[in-house]
Amino acid sequence: MSAAAIRSLALAVICLAMLVAPAVLGDFSVTLLNYVAIYTLVALGLVLLTGCGGLTSFGQAAFVGIGAYATAYLSTTLGLSPWLGLVAALVLTSVTALIIGVITLHLGGHYLPLSTIAWGMAIYLLFGNFDFLGRYGGISNIPPVSLFGYRLEHMTQVYYLVWIAVGAALLVASNLLRSRQGRAIRALRGGEVLAECLGINPFKIRLFVFVLAAALAGLAGWLYAHMQKFVSPAPFDLRAGIEYLLMAVLGGSGYVAGAVIGAAAVALSKNWLQDLLPYVTANSGNLEIVVFGALFILLLQHSRGGIVPLVLRYLPQAARAPAVPHAPSADRLPVRTMPTAGQQLLVLKGVSRSFGGLIAVNDVSFSVNAGELLALIGPNGAGKSTTFNLITGVIPPTSGTISYGGRDLTGASPRVALAAGIARTFQHVKLRPAMSVLENVMLGAYSRSSSGFLAGALRLDRAEEAIVRAAALRQIARVGLAEQASTAAGNLALGQQRLVEIARALVADPSMLMLDEPAAGLRSREKAALAELLKAVRDAGTAILLVEHDMDFVMRVANRIVVLDFGKKLAEGAPEAIRKNPAVQEAYLGGVA
Amino acid sequence: MNLDIAILLIEDGLASGAIYVLMALGFVLVFNVTRVIFVPFGDLVSYAALTLASFQLQRTPGTIWLLVTLAALAILLEVLRLYRIGQFARLPRALVVWGVLPLLPVACTLLLDGFALPSYVAIPLTFALILPIGPLLYRIVFQPIANAPVLVLLMVSVALHFAVSGLALMYFGPEGMRTTPLVQGAFDLFGIAISASLLLIVGVAAALSIALLLFFRLTLTGKALLATASNREGARLVGIRTATTSAAAFLVAGIIATVAGVLISPMTTIYYDTGLIVGLKGFVGSVAGGFVSYPLAALGGVIIGQVESFSSFYASAFKEAIVFAAVIPVILARWLWASNAHIEEHDEE
Repeated sequence: MSAAAIRSLALAVICLAMLVAPAVLGDFSVTLLNYVAIYTLVALGLVLLTGCGGLTSFGQAAFVGIGAYATAYLSTTLGLSPWLGLVAALVLTSVTALIIGVITLHLGGHYLPLSTIAWGMAIYLLFGNFDFLGRYGGISNIPPVSLFGYRLEHMTQVYYLVWIAVGAALLVASNLLRSRQGRAIRALRGGEVLAECLGINPFKIRLFVFVLAAALAGLAGWLYAHMQKFVSPAPFDLRAGIEYLLMAVLGGSGYVAGAVIGAAAVALSKNWLQDLLPYVTANSGNLEIVVFGALFILLLQHSRGGIVPLVLRYLPQAARAPAVPHAPSADRLPVRTMPTAGQQLLVLKGVSRSFGGLIAVNDVSFSVNAGELLALIGPNGAGKSTTFNLITGVIPPTSGTISYGGRDLTGASPRVALAAGIARTFQHVKLRPAMSVLENVMLGAYSRSSSGFLAGALRLDRAEEAIVRAAALRQIARVGLAEQASTAAGNLALGQQRLVEIARALVADPSMLMLDEPAAGLRSREKAALAELLKAVRDAGTAILLVEHDMDFVMRVANRIVVLDFGKKLAEGAPEAIRKNPAVQEAYLGGVA
Repeated sequence: MNLDIAILLIEDGLASGAIYVLMALGFVLVFNVTRVIFVPFGDLVSYAALTLASFQLQRTPGTIWLLVTLAALAILLEVLRLYRIGQFARLPRALVVWGVLPLLPVACTLLLDGFALPSYVAIPLTFALILPIGPLLYRIVFQPIANAPVLVLLMVSVALHFAVSGLALMYFGPEGMRTTPLVQGAFDLFGIAISASLLLIVGVAAALSIALLLFFRLTLTGKALLATASNREGARLVGIRTATTSAAAFLVAGIIATVAGVLISPMTTIYYDTGLIVGLKGFVGSVAGGFVSYPLAALGGVIIGQVESFSSFYASAFKEAIVFAAVIPVILARWLWASNAHIEEHDEE
């Protein structure tokens, strides 16, 4: 039986078990399962937000509260249908998240999670102080949801509603993560420079995930209100927020399934603690939170990955990494018209960049012509990588101008540089180690494809995905990694990781390719193959700007060489002339003895 | 609102603002040195206030049980570590540092149990009981994951807060306590009445802030802390034990928290969970300083005090909500301020 068949069989068994569960289990267990479902929705939002997008939120419970209170107010005070309450819950949580997100998501690092504590607290305090929300007394007598005139009153009836919601949410989330925008979400984690250089707008993606996670929490709040038939501020405080985060982290925050597993583990262990602790101490209610805190600390100290990765380690390889479907596609991505060979493409005029008192790049001018391979060489610290970052807009120059194909790129963002036709690799490899080689390379085609979030979530993007996949596989084969396409990028040797970066840059269909030390870490046979590849790429019309320390390699492939030393241009010319240049020899060898 | 009320509100805001300044400085200090956002910092304020109140009520403060538990855990960890690296010769020193030192004040407390303690005994004893908590928490919780990403440290920190404040509920119960004022009376300054306790709070907060500044400028330990803050690897290379400097940062945080707790407890009734709110307000202040600038963090603390005081007049039910929502405009201002900085890169997996 194939791995895919085993997967579908397992899924069918799980679905069937879920279907008959209420008939077999008692009321108490069904209620517990309903809570697991509601927790799962919130934890799923956090899986997308924290595990995939790298944004931590302690405030999700506040969004659950907004959803719950919205529908509670609408269906009791205003006497409207719970289904209108659902619309209100989703709209209100999304709009709130949008406003908070627009303000706070620009912040990097630890600012964002900390601000979530503050606004989470503020929203919770609002619930308890508004008269129309019943202050700390809350709102009671919330009607159950009716479906085709059938009131979902009993816990076993609610069971199907909540678990259908969970099933749909899990499906949408896993579709999304495997789509173009889903890859962009996963690319955010670990730094934004890569995302920017791939043409991804990190702010837009973050905002989307943040709103999506809030909407999932709002949905959970809606279900909660109509299941409990009562809402009060207490379940939406900071403590609940951290519990949701605990679920996501415990389950394995990079995995969609982690949401269910984490939610179930927390709900069950909470239940178990409530049964057990009264035997240990008289004031068990207080000890519960202490035990929880301690368990969370132990988990983060010893197994930060969570449960899912632990389980995956014991599954057969086939179940972990599904084989890459190699479907050659007749359609191709739109192709750039290459500039005519010999035409001036990239022009740097008097470019300087200083960091505090250090001048890393000092009044450097050179140009790259279409169809040529220009090597940028120089001793360590000569300013080569800084020059790369200046050209691709990762950092702006202090003075001077940079233009590309007649277009001014001075101070432009990496996304503008990419749109102009520049794709690059990095000296310190920037891959997403948990994603497969294929997925990493497909990221390179982000700027050439267009599927949106909705198309990805509903699998309407399959035609474009097939084309992108085929394009990525072609470039992977070109750099000689066809065998490793489904391997996690982090498992490759460093030299191979550099090749993955080259394939990723090539998929962007650049008119100029910038390679930062591509041959470092390669063996001599691999270097020869790389040299052939670079020549082929150049002959197909793509200009190449190369930084490399291996002089034999440079001399073999370069048409022209620019030498930098201490941030200044030392020499420029054909390889032979550079080899004989006394100033260059002095810089490299410290003077001819 | 007339001028008298405005002056009253400003004075009120100054008193709580002074506390928030201390908290903000503490957050910045611990974060800079250890990269930990020390959420349980506020809980230490609760512990300090409740410990002092317990002494005044002639009860045994539950703090001693926290210390006993933490000391036992720390010793266990030290024994395991020394066993693993096979250096049992260093065990006596570890026992003294992690066992004897924290348990000394516990012993004193038990000896003096039942006596009516005057302030000049109760306050130092409170300090002695609270100070070891910071380093002990660092040793047990943060030191094993000192190199983890900031976000992991933050999650651990939040979880630790729940554990520590849950224990506070067990030790001190849900009732609030209030201590007797340290000073009485009022002064007259150009026709404005200023209470002695306001003067004490602002004076002590200012003195402690300046003392911290001098500590960093003038002492070797202070400089080692600064070095660890600016570059952990570099500090290691020049022979600074980063574990020690980190524990020292938590010790200083303990001093700040105890001062804040002793100052705040005559002003307002302190419950087991009051500290979190006090700490978070100080945190909102430190956000203004972007977690790196001490003067900006202090300024943020002063402003939060005023915002709180005036919103309690205009919309008392929403006082807390307004203060926490204030973090958003503060962050926005920070962002506009620093928006020309280039893309932040954090390689964390």
